[in-house]
Amino acid sequence: MVTTIGILGAGRVGSAIARTALKAGYAVTIAGSGPAADIQLIVDIVIPGASAMSAAEVAASADLVVLAVPMHKFRSVDPATLAGAIVIDTMNYWQPIDGELPEVATDPRGSSEIVADHFATARLVKTLNHIGYHDLETDARPAGHPDRHALAIAGEPQAASVVAEVIERFGFDAVYAGPLEAGTAFEPGSTVFGGRHTAAELTAELEFAAAADDAA
Amino acid sequence: MQIGAYSFGDTPLNPDGSFRNTAEGIRTLFDAIVLADRVGLDYFGIGEHHTVSMPASSPGALIAAAAAATDRIILGSAASIISTDDPVRVFQQLATADAVSGGGRVEITAGRGSSVETFPLFGHDLADYDRLYAEKLDLLMTINNSPTETVSWSGSVRPAIDALAVVPRPVNGRLPIWLATGGNAASSARAGRLGLPVSYGIIGGEPHRFAPLTELYRRSAAQAGHHTENVKVSVATFGLVAPSKAEALERFYPGWHTLNVEMGRLRGWGAPDRRQFDAQVATPGAYYVGDPDDVAERIVHLHGYLGHMRHFLQGDFGGLPPEHLHESLTLLATEVKPRVARLLAAK
Ligand SMILES: NC(=O)c1ccc[n+]([C@@H]2O[C@H](COP(=O)([O-])OP(=O)(O)OC[C@H]3O[C@@H](n4cnc5c(N)ncnc54)[C@H](OP(=O)(O)O)[C@@H]3O)[C@@H](O)[C@H]2O)c1
Repeated sequence: MVTTIGILGAGRVGSAIARTALKAGYAVTIAGSGPAADIQLIVDIVIPGASAMSAAEVAASADLVVLAVPMHKFRSVDPATLAGAIVIDTMNYWQPIDGELPEVATDPRGSSEIVADHFATARLVKTLNHIGYHDLETDARPAGHPDRHALAIAGEPQAASVVAEVIERFGFDAVYAGPLEAGTAFEPGSTVFGGRHTAAELTAELEFAAAADDAA
Repeated sequence: MQIGAYSFGDTPLNPDGSFRNTAEGIRTLFDAIVLADRVGLDYFGIGEHHTVSMPASSPGALIAAAAAATDRIILGSAASIISTDDPVRVFQQLATADAVSGGGRVEITAGRGSSVETFPLFGHDLADYDRLYAEKLDLLMTINNSPTETVSWSGSVRPAIDALAVVPRPVNGRLPIWLATGGNAASSARAGRLGLPVSYGIIGGEPHRFAPLTELYRRSAAQAGHHTENVKVSVATFGLVAPSKAEALERFYPGWHTLNVEMGRLRGWGAPDRRQFDAQVATPGAYYVGDPDDVAERIVHLHGYLGHMRHFLQGDFGGLPPEHLHESLTLLATEVKPRVARLLAAK
């Protein structure tokens, strides 16, 4: 059971996820790239209720870790601190911010598979990347609400089901897309990315993407 | 509260949707600024932008021209992409415009820009994003705060300046320098630490959710010992005013749709969604599109959360017909502004 969620990255996405997690009743620890003191005031005011820590402390404190750092900085996160942990990868390769990243641009695989090479001993799950950080907080709805949206999840089934429960508690229906490779279906440029979908609509989009993949 | 407008330039479209000459977008913008001054708007911001659809690449040049053609309006860059420009030149151009204006009407808003066309254009490496911004802002502030023409500065992004003259000086000694941010908490803390006024660009979500950021800004400023009148907040949002809300929506939607199709193609998201638009054009949404009563009420509603002293709107993109921009600017000055003043006084 997940009780503490640790977040690496106290930027826009990390803060929005932190507040969403607190609202859903989780304990939250959070780190920026530096010592806890650097983000203490930010956390006190913008994410009240969360505990500011160093990145290593966050990794050690949490049942589930969320990677919310810019894609071009993921290698600055020490993989040894995440060994064995379930880790949500929220990152997108976003050229306006990340610039040219040839290792990502020339690799035919999805970005999360590349990230997974770096965190080889972690259990990486891709989700929360295809919703805007503004929308995460405004779109959360209780289960069964007619306006509830769905979020896609890709990763090894056991870790993905742990993450699915968290997503449901955040206020979204979780739709399992398949193993990490299936994450390409909701990367930037896909029909899913940035849109709003019910669980049925999202399932249909993901099935369509998988069928197109098989045909290719 | 000051009421204003801002623009990145808006290249007009041909009937088939193709772009007309980018120079026309600049001329339209210049005319709009002159009109805004005539009708009594408080502020006009020119955002540095480098795309065919939004061609206002040179705020300094446009502000200098506008300074000569206007009498009262405050003119500012909104924002200057300071990371990839030369802070010495940015300062000199705006200080020159300040001299032309008679003094006290020209401001700089320093930002990093949410798109990064300027990095390849001016030959900078995106890997230096943070360092370029921090150091160039420091240089800009060093020049501005200098008591005389003679400036010294050293850093890593350019050769040191050793007691060289940077002229002209602003008429009133210094130019107001604002820090622009899109909502990253670290930027609010930075603005507070530096004691600079902060300008929030809120282009989506629910603007009142910026309240903790303004608190973070004010607390950071207080902690750093800044209790000056410089600690203040402005807000830039999308918006367009028309005689009726229905007309405002009808005028604003096509440009918004065009802009989002363009952005979506660039950034990999899908077609814009009318439901998303509809949610944004009423409280608590981020688009201040409506009749004067509606827009005034929503600005005052946001003021209850952010305590901002200036609210300025961008409505000209995707080829908005100039007459719609002109009517919006006029209504903002003559109808929205007095309503906002009345509502705030009654609070
Ligand atoms: N924009 C969206 O709506 C959206 C939606 C979904 C996903 N995403 C993805 O989410 C990620 C984060 O985006 P953002 O907009 O939140 O970026 P951001 O505002 O720039 O924040 C990034 C944060 O990561 C921190 N960081 C950098 N290296 C770190 C490290 N080694 N350990 C811990 N923290 C570190 C930074 O701290 P310092 O300031 O100390 O460097 C900063 O707090 C990106 O990959 C983006 O593609 C974005």
